[in-house]
Amino acid sequence: MLFSEQWLREWVNPSVSTEELVAQLTMAGLEVDSVEPVAGEFSGVVVGQVKEKGPHPDADKLSLCKVDVNGAELLDIVCGAPNVREGLKIPVAIVGAVLPGNFKIKKAKLRGQPSIGMLCAESELGLSDNAEGLMELAEDAPIGVDLREYLGLDDQMIEVDLTPNRSDCLGISGLAREVGVLYKEAVSAIEISPIQASIEDTFPVEIIAAEQCGRYVGRVIRQVNISAKTPLWMVEKLRRSGIRSIDPVVDVTNYVMLEQGQPMHAFDLNQLEGGICVRLAKEKEKLVLLDGQEIELKPDTLMIADQKHALAIAGVMGGAESGVTQETTDLFLESAYFDPIAIAGKARSYGLHTDSSHRYERGVDFKLQTPAMERATELLLEIVGGQAGPIVEVANKAFLPVKKTIQLREDRVTRLLGFSIPKQEITDILLRLGMDVTEKDGHWIVVAPSYRFDVELEVDLIEELGRIYGYNNLPTVIPSLDYCQDHEPEVSIGLPRIRHLLVDMGYQETISYSFVDPVLLKKLDPNYEPLALANPISADMSVMRTTLWAGLIKTVQYNQARQQQRLQIFETGLRFIPKKSGLSQERVIAGLVVGATVPESWANEKRPMDFFDVKGHLETMFEMGGTVDPFHFTPGHHPALHPGQTATISKGSDEIGLIGALHPSLQQELGINGSAYLFEFQLSAILEGQLPQYQELSKFPEMRRDIAIVVDETTTSSDIVAKVQKEGGDSLKSVNIFDIYQGNGIDAGKKSLALALTFQHPSRTLKDSEVSETVDGVVSSLRQEFKAILRD
Amino acid sequence: MENLQAILKEALDTVQGSSDTQSLDQVRVKYLGKKGEITQLLKGLGKLSAEERPQAGAKINEAKVAVQDAINLKKEGLMQAALAEKLASESIDVTLPGRGDRAGGLHPITRTLERIESFFSKFGFSVVEGPEVEDDYHNFEALNIPSHHPARAMHDTFYFDATTLLRTHTSPVQVRTMEQGKAPFRMICPGRVYRCDSDLTHTPMFHQVEGLLVDENVSFAQLKGLLEEFLVYFFEKELAVRFRPSYFPFTEPSAEVDVQCVACEGKGCRICSQTGWLEVLGCGMVHPKVFEHSGVDAEKYTGFAFGLGVERFAMLRYGVGDLRLYFENDMRFLEQF
Repeated sequence: MLFSEQWLREWVNPSVSTEELVAQLTMAGLEVDSVEPVAGEFSGVVVGQVKEKGPHPDADKLSLCKVDVNGAELLDIVCGAPNVREGLKIPVAIVGAVLPGNFKIKKAKLRGQPSIGMLCAESELGLSDNAEGLMELAEDAPIGVDLREYLGLDDQMIEVDLTPNRSDCLGISGLAREVGVLYKEAVSAIEISPIQASIEDTFPVEIIAAEQCGRYVGRVIRQVNISAKTPLWMVEKLRRSGIRSIDPVVDVTNYVMLEQGQPMHAFDLNQLEGGICVRLAKEKEKLVLLDGQEIELKPDTLMIADQKHALAIAGVMGGAESGVTQETTDLFLESAYFDPIAIAGKARSYGLHTDSSHRYERGVDFKLQTPAMERATELLLEIVGGQAGPIVEVANKAFLPVKKTIQLREDRVTRLLGFSIPKQEITDILLRLGMDVTEKDGHWIVVAPSYRFDVELEVDLIEELGRIYGYNNLPTVIPSLDYCQDHEPEVSIGLPRIRHLLVDMGYQETISYSFVDPVLLKKLDPNYEPLALANPISADMSVMRTTLWAGLIKTVQYNQARQQQRLQIFETGLRFIPKKSGLSQERVIAGLVVGATVPESWANEKRPMDFFDVKGHLETMFEMGGTVDPFHFTPGHHPALHPGQTATISKGSDEIGLIGALHPSLQQELGINGSAYLFEFQLSAILEGQLPQYQELSKFPEMRRDIAIVVDETTTSSDIVAKVQKEGGDSLKSVNIFDIYQGNGIDAGKKSLALALTFQHPSRTLKDSEVSETVDGVVSSLRQEFKAILRD
Repeated sequence: MENLQAILKEALDTVQGSSDTQSLDQVRVKYLGKKGEITQLLKGLGKLSAEERPQAGAKINEAKVAVQDAINLKKEGLMQAALAEKLASESIDVTLPGRGDRAGGLHPITRTLERIESFFSKFGFSVVEGPEVEDDYHNFEALNIPSHHPARAMHDTFYFDATTLLRTHTSPVQVRTMEQGKAPFRMICPGRVYRCDSDLTHTPMFHQVEGLLVDENVSFAQLKGLLEEFLVYFFEKELAVRFRPSYFPFTEPSAEVDVQCVACEGKGCRICSQTGWLEVLGCGMVHPKVFEHSGVDAEKYTGFAFGLGVERFAMLRYGVGDLRLYFENDMRFLEQF
């Protein structure tokens, strides 16, 4: 809501500066967004009149004018504006004037002709952007008077960002009411008295959509002079409220809306047929709006129509055909109450937003329709003349809001605010706010005024008390800790701990959008049809990720294009998997590495990161839970991964994720430089570890035996280790693969594994012979199971 | 006896002339060994008279000690020199960078979230998470934002269908938490939220932290106290804080919280648009309708809720000017945190 400070002060005038006033409004919940002067900074500009206009001898587009500024003689001024003409009253910057931008007016010669001053356009005075011609002043403008004084330009335009609950302040009268409450100042409201009808003419009104329209007030005004000029004071007030003057009738309806908060509409009576009908739109009904566009109405749209046509979208915008034009002589004025729910969202659904819809959506005072009609009639008769008929009002009380009685309890005020406001002050604040207040048995029975749509419950009153008392005057208390948070199990490992571990291992965390490019996602995860947004911001952010790899890949592309070749990154967050049972939103952790193991340095080994680097990182993560035992990696496959370098990760019997090399053809297609390794698994699998269980330490010596075997290269090491563990008996403590060899001396298709077996007995020293016997058993079982050959 | 002096001189000279411990050993054997020249002189004392013997013995002993001392001293010197030489040869360029990897880093949003979580966890708030694909009911209806409400227009919602959407705020987690549990509640919910808006000052995804405290006597005064403490903790500065009446459908009374500009400390600058204040939080007392939708007795319990935008806190804290940097994941940006 943009308004003029001067206008507000005509209604209520607390003796505070502009700065104090806007600060107070902001602190009362009417946040002031900006304060701008209504005109640029200038001086020495007076009202003048062009007395004579002649051609410039040396320039076609310039005129020589003689201008009266009520001085000793007429001023010679050269002017290039197209609208300059004899008799016109205009602002004149006289010699010595200073215009915005510190532009000083001096005696000058223009193409050889003397020019003593300058005739001004609105833009030159910082009044508007209009630079098309001279600013035209009213015919009765007093010559020689300072323009600032004449137009009251020492004024500010104040923009308040009203919250949706404060529709009562969408008019000067409401703002004045609010300022009056805050400063305990009386408000001098405009007195509105009924206008006596001078003709009998009425136009019938019928409300079919009764629920949506509780009241419709109409009036006929005949024989208006549409070519009359809107008075300057009104044009200026409209301008300072951000509304352009259009014609006197529209200006008056806009003015009443700004002053009273009641949107109004004027129809050309002679374009209406039969009578007004307030109803819902019919199927496929069409309407050309005031702004020229033709729309097809939706059946839930509330309409103003006559017996034949749609005339307007109720509370939003009028139609072009029934609007006021230069030919209009007779008017039908509308002032209605529409249910906010009937109007809410309608303008938006047609891509519109108007001053009217803005107010109706939030709620217009349902008692305002007739007073606003009287006020508009008064102004119209004054400006465009004419004969007013009697007011026609159609109302249905059943569909007007009912202001409920609200009980306000003192202890509730204290409990909610944490502070007790003295009883007397509570009563005083409520009364100042225009509430109907009765004190009864230590509490208050309150009825809110018709313009306060936001006051319905006890808490709403408590908010008003806090607001008027001042939030900053309320006390401050730090909440005590008499409540303990949920029990946190010892074995739980928070996500922060996991993130920090990855960071310590060299990973950089990234955060990418949850909606991704469907083309990229299809390449990375063709198994799912991702959930698609109905209204995406762009095509490449239109589906919900089914894997975090999409974001990680994009990050690699982005950074490699900027000379960052080595990346070691991770992200945590939700992936969105469509399943038959519904959408599954799974919290996962995913990572990607590409490039050298460590940054290039004089001392570092130069080696690209590979599968086992990443697997090692995962094992470290898994080990945070105390042991990696429940986690298994088995050969796996995924369309986006290298078929020979992919593992499924399981915890116990549950598959939790994948690790693998990005498929080389995909890597090439995506333009990624170097082999990339990816992982993703469910976070829940590592958020809980195991409670340590103490095992007695053996006092007896360990014995180690190393064996080297040759097996098929397809035999997995985990199968071999499992077999060794099974055959090694109770005293086998650990098995470690300490070397793997392929090449010289080993047949093609085979590999050599070197295993270290460590034995220890809890209660005695093991004998050489029994360990040898166990190892022999292990070797022969490996031979049987895997055709393993023992190397010497 | 007359050649004792000569032997001594010769011995000391040889010690001085030795350049390694091996030759020193030879000197020792030659003079002080079992058959050494000075040892021989001692053995020859028996030939002297009883009167001469003590004096001559003392002299020879003196010479023996002198040679031994000289050898020890020389040996010590040689060892020192050898060590010094060895150390000199082992010198390295200590200014070369160290071997191995460097630590990575957290995203600045996560870093900011962790600070926020650490404050509220001290006050017993637990961290709760909720779904990001939400239903209309939890995102709007249950929060007292019915379908016709003007506040909906401000939310620029991403939809999947008529009733499924991307949550526009973390507030639905309030409702989910209260639906599922029993009062009292003390939780915060950090997470991603989405709005269909993308320009210089908006990204279509951003992060919020929602907080909720519900108990039998929770007041607006406590809300003020907690948030003032939080802001001072977060910015590590004693900044002025002010509470302004505002409007959220799910709280009543509602407030917007401004903190004195962290950059200019209230003098007015570009960051605070010359106002001296920064709007950083929205909050209020839980609306009775939200309690009703969530199955909490609004007569027995009162509560407050608050919400903050994490990107804004991170921007103010680290001086990041452009929101879009957060989600481009440029390593040169991320590595600064």
